[in-house]
Order: sequence, then structure tokens, then C-alpha cells
Amino acid sequence: MDEINNLLHGFSVALTLPNIGFMLVGITLGVLIGVLPGLGGANGIAILLPLTLSMNPTTAIIMLSCIYWGALFGGAITSILFNIPGEPWSVATTFDGYPMAQQGRAAQALTAAFTSSFVGALFAVVLITFLAPLLAKFAIRFGPAEFFAVQLLTFCSFVGMSKEPPAKVIAAMMLGFALAAVGMDSVTGQLRMTYGYAPLLKGFDFLIAVIGLFGIGEILLTMEEGLAFKGKHAKIDPKVVWSTWKTLPKHWLTFLRSTAIGCWMGITPGGATPASFMSYGIARRMSKDPDSFGKGQVEGVLAPETAAHAAGTSALLPMLTLGIPGSPTAAVLLGGLLIWGLQPGPMLFVEQKDFVWGLIASMYLGNIVGLFVVLTTVPFWAAMLRIPFSVIAPVIVVICAIGAYTVHSSMFDVVLMLVFGVLGYLFKKLRYPLAPLVLALVLGDMAEASFRQSMLISQGSLSIFWSNGLVGSIVGLALVMLCWPLLGTLKSWLQRPAPAAPAEGNAS
Amino acid sequence: MSESKQPQDGASAVGSRWPEAIVSAMLVGVAVMVIADSLRVGNGWADDGPQSGYFPFYIGLILLASSGSVLVGTLLKWRGENPVFAERSQLASVLAVLVPMTVYVAAIAFMGIYVASFFLIAYFMRRHGKYGWPATTAVSAAVPLVVYLVFERWFLVLLPKGPLEAMLGL
Repeated sequence: MDEINNLLHGFSVALTLPNIGFMLVGITLGVLIGVLPGLGGANGIAILLPLTLSMNPTTAIIMLSCIYWGALFGGAITSILFNIPGEPWSVATTFDGYPMAQQGRAAQALTAAFTSSFVGALFAVVLITFLAPLLAKFAIRFGPAEFFAVQLLTFCSFVGMSKEPPAKVIAAMMLGFALAAVGMDSVTGQLRMTYGYAPLLKGFDFLIAVIGLFGIGEILLTMEEGLAFKGKHAKIDPKVVWSTWKTLPKHWLTFLRSTAIGCWMGITPGGATPASFMSYGIARRMSKDPDSFGKGQVEGVLAPETAAHAAGTSALLPMLTLGIPGSPTAAVLLGGLLIWGLQPGPMLFVEQKDFVWGLIASMYLGNIVGLFVVLTTVPFWAAMLRIPFSVIAPVIVVICAIGAYTVHSSMFDVVLMLVFGVLGYLFKKLRYPLAPLVLALVLGDMAEASFRQSMLISQGSLSIFWSNGLVGSIVGLALVMLCWPLLGTLKSWLQRPAPAAPAEGNAS
Repeated sequence: MSESKQPQDGASAVGSRWPEAIVSAMLVGVAVMVIADSLRVGNGWADDGPQSGYFPFYIGLILLASSGSVLVGTLLKWRGENPVFAERSQLASVLAVLVPMTVYVAAIAFMGIYVASFFLIAYFMRRHGKYGWPATTAVSAAVPLVVYLVFERWFLVLLPKGPLEAMLGL
């Protein structure tokens, strides 16, 4: 078993005292980020990324990925105690988590949420441990055409799986690609779309976009809702944890189902948020007692939390093996790898063994540390939320501004952050999805490079994309995903003429 | 979310048809800029392969098509239903954050990030939090101080400074 050996080696890399220290720092920062509105996994990591440049890459990614786990855990705290989802993927957790808190079962709900997050993540890490090396070995033979096909599949899946209108998904995505193309063309050295404006020479940095879109945009949205935090108190004592844990094994089927949904949605770029909703919906449909959902049913907490964490974790699988992130946060981590001079993709598993396996080992450790940290520190985070928004909001704005400035030490970036913030607010309100925009901005250069290389090989003929079985089937799958929404409209259009029958049920 | 709500008559809410049209028109504008510039740098083949505008040209075309369809769709349904974009009071509170934020970003350029942050936090705490002066001053001064220690001292990352820092000789 090669993987086991590699993993054990990874543990020896990850299990050093400084690394464990950074793990704790990362988890704590992550929970804080997850709890505070306006700071999330993606922009939190984006803000801290410049600070890690002086660290050794393995330590840096361990800390940053721990921030990610912490943020995944932290989202549940606000959902359950305050009925305010700290992160989009914990919206579904509020449905049953908050009613449980109202009934005085907050501690149980929190224990269930943290434990199921942990279980979901653990399954996803096991999946990564065994699947990632295989996928990397397989992908090492990929040429530019195959890479472009996989990227095409990623982007087409957004169109097929988003709840937003397809035209808006495509528009957001293309805006990302267009912004990525601004600046100097790395192949010919020509300047593109700068229109003679000097600060645009270096192009749009996705870190700035992430800080603006998710940070400032989120503050504006939160402000609109005029939040006043009125939450339930909670203290978790070991007895409640133990008694909750004893009841969990009987929900094994929910765990299994939610993990499967989560892993699938994480690897294909559905992301944690749709995974949590889907898992919640399916758990309710499969339940013997669907009416109890929404009124404080434990399963209603278990299902979305397991799926969200499984999706969030497995989003790193395509990031590491193919260089294609499954979520905005994974995209930011990928950007980090590039800044540290590590090229994500199949070669990473050959050339940077220490790094890859150290990271994978740290996923096991980070989640164990995370579970321990959140279970013991809930009252502290709940107290944190009692700080009024009139203090939190300007502090977050200051943090975002500093984060944007430190990326390139440029004032222009801070202005840009503000512009992206307004854009993020408008896009959110008008149902343009932000994830494809960010992913396109990150992957734009890579997608363009692999497209141009394929075109060079084929001398400009698109036929290279179905020149062999592999690339052909990936492109075919991508086209199916792209046309998926069309299928839905076609179906409802065909059903509409049918009299009497209201085609409400299955027309998606 | 408010999208699903029916529009309420009168001046209390802002419909989403104008924002929708403006955003999609803006995207159409971006698409035109992308296409125009791709044509400028060349969207065909040079001796050594695809020119710089080759890929962005198609990106621009797809952006034009997708945002154009949203724009046209909005214009066609102009007289139809007009879902609520936001309540007027909500927009007012968004502006109540956005305007100080904009002033803040402009102020960073003149007085450095520390002093500007002090004023931003103080403004919010007085205006929205109704805090007394002691609490306001303490928090607004503490945050920039912590930032200074963490960034400039611990991580050695330099942040923008203004006349006050120059006077203090930092």
C-alpha cells in the first residue's frame, strides 16, 4: 500500500511542533472568520495569503487549509445559536438548528453539527488519500487538449448545476475570463485591454476580487438586512456531547448519503452550498417523519453539515490533482500554491511529495484539532457575536482594505476592492453567481494557455477536442452539462400545452 | 431573500428592472470593449500561432451574447412584473456604509491607513452604535495600534502612512 506509506510520511512532515501550533492558529482564525459576517473562507484566506509568503510552503498551506476547516466549522455556530448563517453553506443548518436552540437543545445541535462536519470531512479526506494519487497518475498523461477539456467541463458544470439563470452564470463566468485576460499576454508579451491605463498593466488580481466580492459585498448585504444579533446562550458540557454521540450511530444512513452527495458536489464544482441544500432535501424526503423537519430534527442538522464539510474538503481533490479548484476557497488556495512557486496538477504528486502528503496528513489532524477546538470554545465565539455590528463592520472593512493593499502594496488595489464590493452586492442581489466569476479569474490564464497550445498542435482546428476517446468524452460530458438547463426548459415547454395538469412538480 | 416577494406599491421599494438593465448593459459594454481590443491586437493567426486576441475575442462574443440576452429579456418584460430589488430603507442603510467606505478609501491615500481607520471606526461607533466618547476612542485607537504591531512589527509588511506617522518619525 503505497498510499499508506506516503500518508505516514506525510504525518511525519505535518506533525512537528511549529506545524501543530500553526494548525491551532489556523483553526482559531478560521472559526473566527466563519463566525463573523463579511469574512469567509475565501476572502479570509485571501487576506492572510500575503502574510504567509515568508513561511515554508508546507507550513503555510497547513495553516491556510486549517483556516478553511475552521471556517467550515464556524459557520454552524452562528446558524444554530443566532439563526444567522455565517457562511452560505450553513444556511440549511439554520432550518433545524435554530429551532433546536430555541427548544433549549443548542448544545445537542452544536455537538451534532460539529461531529457530522467532522465525519463528512474525514470521509472526504480518506477519499482524497486513495483517489488523488490514482487521478494524478492518470492525469499525468494529459496533453493541453485534455486539460482544456477538463476546464471546459468545470465551467460547463456551473451552467448545468447552478440554480441561477444560465445566461447570468455564463455572463459572470465570461466576465471572470475577460478580467483574467487584462494586462500583459504571457505568450506574445502584448498588452491587452489596458486602454493605456498604467495600473492595469499587471492585470486584475483574483485576491483583490475575492476580498471585494465576498468581503465588502457581504458587509453591504448584511447591512441591508439591518442585523441585530439576538442569540441563544450555549455551553457544551462533556455529558451532553457524550449523550449526543450515543444517538448518532443510528443515523448512519444519513451520514453515508450526505457524504456521498458532498463528495460528488465537491469534486464537480457544485460546491458546499448546493451540497448542503441537496442533502437536507434528500434527508427530508427519505425520512419516515418528514413533517418533523424544520422543527428541530437532529437529522436536519446532520445532513447539511456532513455534506457541506465533505464538499468543502473534497473540493481540494481536483485542485491538487488537476489544478482545477472545486470551490472559490480552493481557488484561493490554488492561487497560493502558484505564488509559492508550486504548479498544481499531476506533477505535484511526483515532484513535491512532502508538500502533498504533508497537506493530506494535515487534513486528518486539522479536522481532529478543529473538532476539539470548537467543542471547547463555543461560549467564547457566541460572546464574540454579541459585539454589535457597528463595531464589527468598520473593523472588517479595515481588515479587507489592509488585505487588499498588502497583495501588491498598491493603493489602486484598495479602490478596486471597493468596486468589486459594489459589484458583488449587485451580483448577489440580481442572482449572478460569484463562484464561476472567481474561478474563471483564477483559471483564465491556464485555460487560455491550454486552449492556445491545443490550437497550436492542431493548427487551429477544433477537431483536436474529439481526436481521441478520452478528450472526446470529456468534451461531450461538458456539452451535456452546458445544455442541461435547456433540457429543463424544453421539458416544461413540452409539458405546458397539456391541459389541466399543472406541470409544477417535475419541471425544474 | 427578498426576490420572491411581490412588489409593494408606492415608494417604499425599488424594483429590480432598472438595476437589472444597468448591470446587464454594463456587461454588454465590457463585452464590446473586450471584442474591440481583441480585434486591435489581432484575433487570428500569426506566424508563431494564435495572436493575443484569439481567446479573448470569443470570450467577448459569449459575454456579449449572454449579457445581451439578459438585457433584451429585461427590456422585453419591462412592463411585466417588477420584483423587489430592495426596500428604500434597506438601500439607505447600504449607502450609509458605502459612502463612509468610499471616503475611507480616499482618505487612506492622504492620511495613511492608521489614521483613516481610526476615523472610520469612530464614525461607525458614534453614528450607528451610539457609543460614548471613551469607548469609541479606546476601540478606534486600539484597532490601528494592533494592526501596526501585527503587520509592521511582526510580519514586516509596510502599510500606507500619512503626515501623522511622518511627524512621529515612524
